[in-house]
Amino acid sequence: MIRDLKLAVRAGGGFGLALAFFLIVVVLVPFGVGPEREVLARIAPGILWVAALLAALLSLDRMFALDHEDGSLTLLATGPLPLEAVALGKALVHWATTGLPLVVIAPLLGILLSLPGPAVLPLLVSLAVGTPALSMIGAFGAALTVGLKRGGLLMSLLVLPLYVPTLVFGAEVVRRGGEGLGVAVPLAMLGGITLGAFAVLPFATAAALRVNLR
Amino acid sequence: MSARLGVAGLAVERGGLAVLEGVSFGVPAGRALILRGPNGVGKTTLLRVLAGLQKPLAGRVEAAPDDIAYASHADGIKATLSVAENLQFWAGIHGTGVPDGVYDLFDLADLRGREAGTLSSGQKRRLGLARLAVIDRPIWLLDEPTISLDRQSVTRFAEFLTQHHLARGGIAVIATHIDLGIEAETLDLTAFRARRAGADGSDGAFL
Repeated sequence: MIRDLKLAVRAGGGFGLALAFFLIVVVLVPFGVGPEREVLARIAPGILWVAALLAALLSLDRMFALDHEDGSLTLLATGPLPLEAVALGKALVHWATTGLPLVVIAPLLGILLSLPGPAVLPLLVSLAVGTPALSMIGAFGAALTVGLKRGGLLMSLLVLPLYVPTLVFGAEVVRRGGEGLGVAVPLAMLGGITLGAFAVLPFATAAALRVNLR
Repeated sequence: MSARLGVAGLAVERGGLAVLEGVSFGVPAGRALILRGPNGVGKTTLLRVLAGLQKPLAGRVEAAPDDIAYASHADGIKATLSVAENLQFWAGIHGTGVPDGVYDLFDLADLRGREAGTLSSGQKRRLGLARLAVIDRPIWLLDEPTISLDRQSVTRFAEFLTQHHLARGGIAVIATHIDLGIEAETLDLTAFRARRAGADGSDGAFL
């Protein structure tokens, strides 16, 4: 079932957009800030995480809006697959098409921002653990605003505050990693947020979809 | 396939206003019911309530939710998938396969590999209706199924409906303005129009 959803979403386009956005932001930062290595190294964890977050946000409003426009969403709602599963599938697909490529490319871009060597592994791990939460929280936001015209702006306002904990702990993991401190605590918090989001939000997302389909 | 659809004392609302009330009917297996009434009388809303997409104000719907296949104005077609991929997607969701004959039944055989986005609106409609044959559910709720179909396709669809669905004990509730040429009961929803009791009260309050 999830494979079918993946097919639908992939064909819906938008793949690569988040990646390109992430690339551009990270490449532009050294131009804006200047090439001092110390400054860049200090802000690199934050920049990488903020860019990943905005890249994830970029493709969120398409998640349910396309299915809503062409009527697939109502047909899915009357289908045998529970909407909770649809929501979970959509979030996982969103992560696979935006979060996963970011995880892969982030270490390379870290070099561009002269991210200290010991921070690369924490960056990789923190993005891998944290970005699924961005997709799941985003699915909830997208479901809340699915019926609205120009819902994207409202969705960003709803979703961004919910992204803050992920951002704080994610960037903290990278910073501590770069300074050679222990990363277990912020990483555990980050993992907790992700697991919590996946435990609760599929149900909230499905409930929001049902309300909006009425 | 054996199923039944019953509705008792149903009242439905649209945009916060009651549009229909006291709707009661029953459709036995193998029969079709055609809903008629002027635009805005509540045909689509009634079908949405039957499909379980929105709750009735009053009354109840007797039908197993898993028996119902709903076909709305929108066909639920992904423009970037091919005709065959679209049908396979729905077959996958419903855990069925795509029967071989479907493409011929809906005159889609030549279009199998075409991207659905390049189809004409009538061809899209045929693809949307073909979904019904793929998902194999006994109760069909069809909202204007013949929109943008030419006369030949309408006849084809009516034939398909009677021979492949109703003859196998299926049920169909169809909202339409045209004569499909099938044997069916007709229900005119004008008779069930809700009296706007609330409107008088609020008028008084505002004046």
